[in-house]
Amino acid sequence: MNNPIITPLLASTIEATDIKTITFQYPGDVIPGQFFMVWIPGVDEIPMSVSQITKSVKGITFRNIGDATRALYQLKKGDKIGIRGPYGNGFTLTGKRLLFVGGGTGIAMLAPVVEQARKKKLPSTVIMGVKTKDQLFFEDRFRQTGATVLISTDDGSLGYKGFASDLAKEIMQKERVDAVYTCGPERMMSSLLSFCKTLPFQASLERYMKCAIGICGQCCVGNGLRVCLDGPIFDGNTLKKVEDFGVYRRDASGRKILF
Amino acid sequence: MLASGIMDEDAGSMQRMMECGAGAIVTKSIGVQPREGYANPTVVELEYGLLNAMGLPNPGIELYGEEIKKLRTTNVPIIGSIYAADADEFVSLAEKMQRFDVNALELNVSCPHAKQYGLEVGCDPVLVQEIVTSVKQNVSIPVFVKVSPNIMNLVQIVQAAEKATADAIVAINTVKAMKIDLETKHPVLANKTGGYSGKAIKPIGVRCVYDIAQAVDIPIIGVGGITTGEDAIEYFMAGASAVQIGSAVYYRGPDVFKSVCEEIKTWMRNHGYTTIKELIGAAFR
Repeated sequence: MNNPIITPLLASTIEATDIKTITFQYPGDVIPGQFFMVWIPGVDEIPMSVSQITKSVKGITFRNIGDATRALYQLKKGDKIGIRGPYGNGFTLTGKRLLFVGGGTGIAMLAPVVEQARKKKLPSTVIMGVKTKDQLFFEDRFRQTGATVLISTDDGSLGYKGFASDLAKEIMQKERVDAVYTCGPERMMSSLLSFCKTLPFQASLERYMKCAIGICGQCCVGNGLRVCLDGPIFDGNTLKKVEDFGVYRRDASGRKILF
Repeated sequence: MLASGIMDEDAGSMQRMMECGAGAIVTKSIGVQPREGYANPTVVELEYGLLNAMGLPNPGIELYGEEIKKLRTTNVPIIGSIYAADADEFVSLAEKMQRFDVNALELNVSCPHAKQYGLEVGCDPVLVQEIVTSVKQNVSIPVFVKVSPNIMNLVQIVQAAEKATADAIVAINTVKAMKIDLETKHPVLANKTGGYSGKAIKPIGVRCVYDIAQAVDIPIIGVGGITTGEDAIEYFMAGASAVQIGSAVYYRGPDVFKSVCEEIKTWMRNHGYTTIKELIGAAFR
């Protein structure tokens, strides 16, 4: 039933400046790339991609950026939230040598799929792109998977100076890459897609959502593709036909907002 | 046809519903100004239906016009749904919709969860008659009036609409309802109350359509809980000439339009009917 289940927070952990992970009991299966609708009673309900998956516990990682995330940020162990989901399709791993490109908090939802790649013994490279080094999180977690971890910062305070997509382009020119998986700012993802040409590509999209069950139309992109149900993961061939991709999103009223 | 408020945020989503077999598209309800609607949760699934309080979110008539224009390359009829607080605003929206080349208008005087609008307008027969009269005087396309089941004076309202020369009645909008979460003691919807739709409200819709059919001579478009072909046939028998589908897009996916049409055909074949006309009002005794 698509009705929030009330559950207490098991933990709330600071990952970096203004970035936290919260965990809660959820015994069902979740595919990396899927999301939950997280209800903070009296405040809001927002879609959050899963950043931690164990058998009985799931977690989400977010930046303290709006009303809902500010409220979530302040919650402590034992405080109650409502969870419905998981929703969406999740990633599908193809190819042997994988490149993961995360930008900002988009890095968080890539962690479970990188861990899945490790279980399948697929050699992976992870690019973590942040504005500045203080915003970096999950570096140890990615290194523990045995993946090659590269860091880019917009200001050059750590690692490669520039955008994660540009670093990815250099890697693709130097090394064999069979498929690219990404989550982050949409303009970064759309430049990445243009560098990938025919290479298999999957990106996780974020849109303002309301129902999350495929009827309200709020999160639609392209020809009626519902990010909540047909996505949030879309492949490169689909995204090449989506005029919205990397260009605009819609606010709660349906007005177009350019990225 | 696709009911208002479902998969009609933009041209792309309406295009997809057309490709899925919707015979006509009713747009989401559009107002003069952009409106964000309510905070989430705006939709919650209950045992036998969906409860929503979107709060009439829409980008405003000017911007929405761009979406409608993109669809004008197809020949599937588009019915522009509009909401307003008074006759002047309704007329201005109706004229704009006509300029965007929609095939008909649906006046939303029945949304159960928006202050000043919808049901608050649609429970007053004098106001309904004034609005419909003004709109009819200013546009040449057909005008449908969508009514609410949440009123005791339904017959009066539809007769007022007929008197004002409305071309059809659309019945019903959602049923006012509420869901409270026991653990947190919070109403789940941010707006606290909302409109119930889906299977659970079908008997309510069928009753309303039946009552309306006894009271007016203009056609009725049935909507409310139609999920299968047999549901549609029940509405036809109650007096509806056409039907709309909303929540069933969730229950059966976007292909529900094709499936329901097939199921109607099969039922008719098995029962020896050749035209839907034979079924309309078949339950009148």
